Amino acid sequence: MNKKIYLDNASTTPVDEKVLKAMEPYFNEKYGNPSSIHSFGQEARVGIDDARQKVADFLNCEAEEIIFTGSATEANNIFILGVLNSYEDSHVITSPIEHDAVLETVKESGADFTVLPVDKNGFVSLEDLEEAINEKTVLVSIMYANNEIGAIQEIKKMGELISKKNKDRERKIRFHTDAAQAAGYLNCDVDSLNVDGLTLSGHKIYGPKGIGALYKNSSVDIDPIIFGGGQEMGIRSGTYNTPLIVGMGKAVELIEKEREKEKTEKLRDYLIDQVLKLKGTSLNGPRKRRLSNNANFSFEGAEGESIVLMFDQEGVAVSTGSACSSNNLEASHVLRAIGLKDLEAHSSLRVSLGRNTTKKDIDFFLELLPKIITSLRKISGR
Amino acid sequence: MKKSYSDKAMKHFLNPENMGEIEDADGVGEVGNPRCGDLMTIYIKVKDDTIKEMRFKTLGCAAAIATSDMICEMAQGKKIEDALKITFQDLVDNLGSLPQTKVHCADLAQKGLKAAVEDYESKK
Repeated sequence: MNKKIYLDNASTTPVDEKVLKAMEPYFNEKYGNPSSIHSFGQEARVGIDDARQKVADFLNCEAEEIIFTGSATEANNIFILGVLNSYEDSHVITSPIEHDAVLETVKESGADFTVLPVDKNGFVSLEDLEEAINEKTVLVSIMYANNEIGAIQEIKKMGELISKKNKDRERKIRFHTDAAQAAGYLNCDVDSLNVDGLTLSGHKIYGPKGIGALYKNSSVDIDPIIFGGGQEMGIRSGTYNTPLIVGMGKAVELIEKEREKEKTEKLRDYLIDQVLKLKGTSLNGPRKRRLSNNANFSFEGAEGESIVLMFDQEGVAVSTGSACSSNNLEASHVLRAIGLKDLEAHSSLRVSLGRNTTKKDIDFFLELLPKIITSLRKISGR
Repeated sequence: MKKSYSDKAMKHFLNPENMGEIEDADGVGEVGNPRCGDLMTIYIKVKDDTIKEMRFKTLGCAAAIATSDMICEMAQGKKIEDALKITFQDLVDNLGSLPQTKVHCADLAQKGLKAAVEDYESKK
């Protein structure tokens, strides 16, 4: 078999060697409980404080505004439910292309909600956002960059709009953004973005799985949804997972250093240009204001899961928004929200690049693609 | 490790021997699963109430393609009444394993054959 090529970095990334190394001592050397007063506990505490500071530096906020969680999903849940639960009769605004960790949480919250429309590229308009705000609105949650189609929202402008609205409001609107996909490539300065809440994920940025972080502006009071020993400022109880927290800190610290945005973007643009030369192919999502590592296509006459499995046979990992690959057998809600017909969503393929992706990898993908699509079109007769 | 797709199912997906079309087919069945988007066309050639030849065209996932190929393999040479007795479980059993959520694809293949037979009967 050929060398294995991983082009599914939006799904997860490998743990960076430096991250792994930073984590190692915290498993069985510095294993104390960070809440303990003795030296075992205190040396672990140092690791956590240090990681918290690194995340705070990256987001340009105070260390006390960082809450470590078990995942980005948990961070989204904590902020969204935390804000909504502290009001009676509340209203929340979100978009149809959010991750399920936001959409499902909003739906389950019991609050009134508005799902804003998106255009064919997946963009939310500022006018629609402004129009949706009413006197009951307490929260807006819009993802920074989309995991499937890479659409980058105007978070900064939305933040400015909400701040302006808040000046005349007694009931303040809190603005949250899920930056799990964005963090590796976009500016996450919470001050300049004007956000009150921001979600990060460890494993999307070459950190470990099982760890997320939530930025919560100190002015925002939220009710906890997890109760216990009062860790993480009482917002997220549960014994500190020191190695993962340390890994998260290191991963965040490495973002700027290892970020090769231009290189990734150039490679991605080359990929898109080449793929679109193939007949019956279309790009899903925008050409501009798109996350540097993301590409998403639809291929007439071929189905996504079949494409993925054929690539897998050749050692190439990619993913699809096809119904057939999901647990609920429904096509991607993101692709449907940008107006794709069932069959188009069904035939989608996401290619997401990473730090380790080379031109050779892309060329190998491009060499296989026409063969795979032709072969599936032969089977489908379309 | 239990694979989602057995090696045999993968083989039928990667190299479907019965894909294609029969130009002078005696019966053609078109079925689709709107929910998951699979589209399947089954062609049969019949002589003396026996399915002499059977081909398929399928737009769909690996399970849809593999089950299409398998039902052709199983039904060819059988009397129509016997071919119609092939259950989706027979297809799944013959393929080894399919992901749990994909069992309905086998159901689709069976419906495709049924539709082709109905088309044939209506033309008689």
